[in-house]
Amino acid sequence: MSAPIRISPSSLREGRWYEYVVRFALGGAATVFTGLISSLYGASVGGLFLALPAIFCASATLIEKHEIRRKREAGLAGERRGEEAAALDAAGASLGTLGMLAFAGVFWLLIERSVAYAFVGASLAWLCVSVVAWFVRRKLRFVRRPERNSGPAISRSR
Amino acid sequence: MTEYVIRFLVGGVVVSAFALLGDVLRPKSFAGLFGAAPSVALATLGIAIYQHGESGAATQTLSMMAGALALAVYSVVVCQLLIRARMRALPATLLSIVVWLIAAFGFWTLAGGQA
Repeated sequence: MSAPIRISPSSLREGRWYEYVVRFALGGAATVFTGLISSLYGASVGGLFLALPAIFCASATLIEKHEIRRKREAGLAGERRGEEAAALDAAGASLGTLGMLAFAGVFWLLIERSVAYAFVGASLAWLCVSVVAWFVRRKLRFVRRPERNSGPAISRSR
Repeated sequence: MTEYVIRFLVGGVVVSAFALLGDVLRPKSFAGLFGAAPSVALATLGIAIYQHGESGAATQTLSMMAGALALAVYSVVVCQLLIRARMRALPATLLSIVVWLIAAFGFWTLAGGQA
């Protein structure tokens, strides 16, 4: 099996400059908003908003837009393909939430010992858990596919 | 005021860095992992430690777990709206924020969260 993860720097050329500005502004606004919530309602309520999907809206919309643009350039209507690309991104994000949970758990465990350990440990936990979750899901899909394709043709058609 | 300017700049840089990583990585489902990256948390927790100390940041990360569970619900709902209801990305992601809010406060209350 070839390496499933690859880097595609050419994707950066698909983005327009203002799309990066919008993401920067949204990221900054979400961070300011979290700070405001914390100062108005306390750290506990503010903590909820550390997992606010504000950026996800912009990312999913951009992914859909790029996919539609790519298909249109090839002379095809790309709306459906765009929605599917955004849905794939959402599916990946649902796995990434396991990593986010790990981040919060490890940070909470380590913060009283050392601030540096808490940041490094929590970031590593996020990366490891997210990547492992993605590989496990991928493996399960590959295991299920041959099962679906085996057996009598009549059962396969159902 | 300076605090909010710093928050805005740090948040913008961290979120953009994770978003760029998500842009260049393939396949798309793997890049999606970066949609749930703790970018706002990384930008916020340092300031929280400076302002409220370690215990304030610990309180925030406890609540963040409820927010992360709500984010899982949110992602699944967005996925279903895009695939089954054939909604466009912007309305699907914006409408689902209501689901995130309900789920986040629901999990937080279940866990005994208090303001």
